Amino acid sequence: MKAQQYEAPDSIDKAVALLAAAKGQARVLAGGTDLLIQMRVGRLSADTIVDIKCIAELRKISREDGGFKIGAAVSGAEADEHAELVAHWPGVVEGWELIGSTQIQGRATLAGNLCNASPAADGVPALIAAGAQVTIVGPNGSRKVPVEAIPTGPGRNSLAKGEFVTYFHLPKRPPHSSDAYLRLIPRTEMDIAVVGCAVNLTLDAGGTCTAASVALGAVAPTVVKVPDGAKALIGTKLDAAALDKLAAAASAACKPIDDKRGTVVYRTKIAGVLARRAALIAYERARKRA
Amino acid sequence: MSKHHVTATINGEPTEFLCETSQSLLDVLRDELELTGSKEGCTSGDCGACSVMLDGRLVCSCLVLGVEASGRTVDTIEGMAQGADLHPLQRHFLEGAALQCGICTPGFLIAARALLERTPDPTETEIRYWLAGNLCRCTGYDKIVRAVMDAAAEMRGAR
Ligand SMILES: Cc1cc2nc3c(=O)[nH]c(=O)nc-3n(C[C@H](O)[C@H](O)[C@H](O)COP(=O)(O)OP(=O)(O)OC[C@H]3O[C@@H](n4cnc5c(N)ncnc54)[C@H](O)[C@@H]3O)c2cc1C
Ligand code: FES
Ligand code: FES
Repeated sequence: MKAQQYEAPDSIDKAVALLAAAKGQARVLAGGTDLLIQMRVGRLSADTIVDIKCIAELRKISREDGGFKIGAAVSGAEADEHAELVAHWPGVVEGWELIGSTQIQGRATLAGNLCNASPAADGVPALIAAGAQVTIVGPNGSRKVPVEAIPTGPGRNSLAKGEFVTYFHLPKRPPHSSDAYLRLIPRTEMDIAVVGCAVNLTLDAGGTCTAASVALGAVAPTVVKVPDGAKALIGTKLDAAALDKLAAAASAACKPIDDKRGTVVYRTKIAGVLARRAALIAYERARKRA
Repeated sequence: MSKHHVTATINGEPTEFLCETSQSLLDVLRDELELTGSKEGCTSGDCGACSVMLDGRLVCSCLVLGVEASGRTVDTIEGMAQGADLHPLQRHFLEGAALQCGICTPGFLIAARALLERTPDPTETEIRYWLAGNLCRCTGYDKIVRAVMDAAAEMRGAR
């Protein structure tokens, strides 16, 4: 593993300055659960590592405009202990929690999961279904973009040189809304998703769905949204016909690969199964939330 | 590039060491500080043999840079027994034959202690999920899970 310089700035401004001034390849270090492995096996190199975990504001989860603002250096274990976040966005936290073991949870961040840009990243589909945004800072100031604007393909993201993610923003929740994330892996823990599916729902007081969003992971180079599946749920109480339409739309949205974890046929079928199950979980949760 | 001069609290003791950026915390513990209780099984976060507590959080020390320990608290297996008094988990691992070659044992003990600190009365399922990031190629896990349950019961009784 080759890395010469290590910096641990205590402010966002200092991190921006360090990344802008770095000669050669500079990389942000969050939990290191992707970066350090990829450097060790020689897939990535870095002349400078900028550790963002000493920036206090990036280690916090706070309320913002009725929603949440999550710092880019917050670990999965910290998110799991934030009862308010779990209550509002159980699906987002559940995707994050599925990343690795207890040990990996002690370090893994959502920003690392997103920027590493694995098609199977478990933290990402629920963020996209949630309509989450990220703040990006860099030499030209800061900007806010939807989460889905970051990954552009396996291992690639849209960040310009010197830019990094500082915050995730989760919107305010209407009453009777909730979300869920499910993935299928060949074992019960510690594996890479064959398919992942997030569903985010809002219901009216009578239990009829008024808004929906569905996102699939691991079935294409980046997360795919399933607008036809979402549309099939709106105006229903998730009866059998609506769920059949959702499952068909989810399968139709897949452009998967064949690999040792699953064939194209299997992934396509499973996408429908998971969409149906995740929708029912989100529905039950939404009904219970006043 | 000069080495980093790092000060950290390791097993309660203020400790100084020098390390390169590329050295992991596991490398530092084993090669610089001669704390060889933490083991290296995979260096990729999969086996948990290198488990330590970093500022009270369970982590794989192979996926932490040594220099990241600066100003932080690290607790390793070497700090688990109090002198000659073994921790109840250590005793139950021995009594219950929850180890064979022993390579995985320090990691299991550190991880199990972290579980019992937050969940004094875990179910078998909770134990198995919590320890899913610790691999053992010898025991088949049942004896490990039972040793953790027995230690938990003893520790609850002792309160
Ligand atoms: C044993 C093991 C099991 C795993 N299991 C899973 C799993 O089940 N599901 C899953 O999805 N992933 C899994 N992973 C992968 C990994 O843990 C996750 O992707 C994790 O969320 C990465 O976050 P991190 O903070 O460790 O990122 P890092 O390793 O610190 O960073 C990852 C990449 O993102 C960049 N980066 C980090 N933060 C920022 C930022 N704020 N702005 C811009 N760029 C940034 C880094 O430069 C690097 O290129 C596993 C890894 C291991 C070792
Ligand atoms: S050596 Fe660190 S997890 Fe295997
Ligand atoms: S006792 Fe040998 S690996 Fe667990």
